[in-house]
Amino acid sequence: MGVSDDRDGLLTGLLNKDLSDKDVSHKDKVMVCRCEDVTLHEIDEAIARGHRDLESVKRYTGFGTGWCQGKQCVALCARLIVARGGEPPSLPITPRPPLHPIPLALLAGLVDDE
Amino acid sequence: MSATDRLTQDPEHLPESADVVIIGAGIMGLATAFNLAQQGMKRIVVVERSYLCAGASGRNGGGLRAQWSSETNIRLMKQSLEICADFATEMRVNVWFRRGGYLFLARDEARAKQLEASAALQREHDLPTRMIGPEEVRKVVPQIDVSSVVAASWNPDDAVVFPWPFVWGYANACQKLGVGVFPFTDVLDLQTSGGRIDAVVTERGTIRTPLVILATGAWSPELASKVGVSLPNWPHRHEICSTEPLKPFLGPLVADLESGLYASQSMRGEIVGGVGNERVPKGLDQESSSRFLGLYARALTRTMPIMGGVRVLRQWAGCYDLTPDGSPIIGRVDSVEGLVLLCGFQGHGFMMAPIMGKLLARHLMHGDEQALFDRWSLRRYERGELLDNESMIIG
Repeated sequence: MGVSDDRDGLLTGLLNKDLSDKDVSHKDKVMVCRCEDVTLHEIDEAIARGHRDLESVKRYTGFGTGWCQGKQCVALCARLIVARGGEPPSLPITPRPPLHPIPLALLAGLVDDE
Repeated sequence: MSATDRLTQDPEHLPESADVVIIGAGIMGLATAFNLAQQGMKRIVVVERSYLCAGASGRNGGGLRAQWSSETNIRLMKQSLEICADFATEMRVNVWFRRGGYLFLARDEARAKQLEASAALQREHDLPTRMIGPEEVRKVVPQIDVSSVVAASWNPDDAVVFPWPFVWGYANACQKLGVGVFPFTDVLDLQTSGGRIDAVVTERGTIRTPLVILATGAWSPELASKVGVSLPNWPHRHEICSTEPLKPFLGPLVADLESGLYASQSMRGEIVGGVGNERVPKGLDQESSSRFLGLYARALTRTMPIMGGVRVLRQWAGCYDLTPDGSPIIGRVDSVEGLVLLCGFQGHGFMMAPIMGKLLARHLMHGDEQALFDRWSLRRYERGELLDNESMIIG
């Protein structure tokens, strides 16, 4: 199980478990997206309602739509979906610019060169 | 959770025949399917190329308003707003419906007069719309810089919603009524026999059916052309963005007809908005541009200077489905029996869908609303009798 990129070790506890995790208790308390407070329970529910791919589950639960735009949670969520029989994604969620949050005053200075 | 709580069906189990196939599981197609099922039609299948919310239904700003310049749009949107106001209760899904009003700003006398004429027409339809001056604009939204605002049209009953749960609500309601909703089922071809619709060929199999409803928005011309029907619509990319969440402060959706700016605060606190950008070439394009961010940031900070310090979190794009006269193209097509159109909604199809789905279902099953379906028929293009342009299209 490749957890070497988890430098701060925050996810290791969850990733070291069987990701189909029948044994995880308090699923409504396990955060899978920390920006938007999405829980493991909500991922399970999205899949039970028929969402089977990364983009659908993202929309239904809201994971990856907060401050970090999925940079922290998308890999974990993708693995959780696959472990539950969902579609293995060929791509991450569609990246939405800007790369980092940018103030409108700064964007207002963009040169209109077209 | 029971099977009826699902939103979609496994596309591997696509049926071989149906009484109607609706192409496109956006809000237009799903609202139509739901209403047909409610009216008693059986064997309804909805096929969708991608995931739910992949098209314009998942990419719009979630505005719902009855402030329009044409009598038809005012009448329809009044009814659509009523459906939307009850949607959460009826469908048991939270759609974050918030009645904060719509405030249309005019920066010159000509636009003020145009808004005034529309407001008068809206009042004839019992809407509370009225014209207000700069001082009252500041009372409604204290953050607006009114120094170049001449007047504004204000209807406190217009609303904003979160669009996605409408799609899920309709999909779930469809499922409970026995409608099959199949995502990831791209339509490759439409087949006719003796001038009548005969089958829909998808990547997962062929469904024989006498009736096809094209609810494919900006993708409609491409599909209609498969049975030799030439539609005058064209796709036009529109962009939109969302900021970091702020505590609730912005009551109405603020729109500026000069720049095509619109911005509202969602129930999760983000400012969601877009701006007019006519220099985008025609075509099916859903890419984001940095040019949009500049245009939007300038228009928004001009209108509400305090927004300068607020950060944009993400931007995305979707396709408006435009027609030459600004009115939709709906109903049966003379040249192909069994082909029904539901397109050309000018980027405002989301808000129109709850009522249009209902009226199309009643029209197909009971012949209701014949005058509307004549007015917005494809025939007007074949005869060269276009309608007057609707002047209150934004974005």
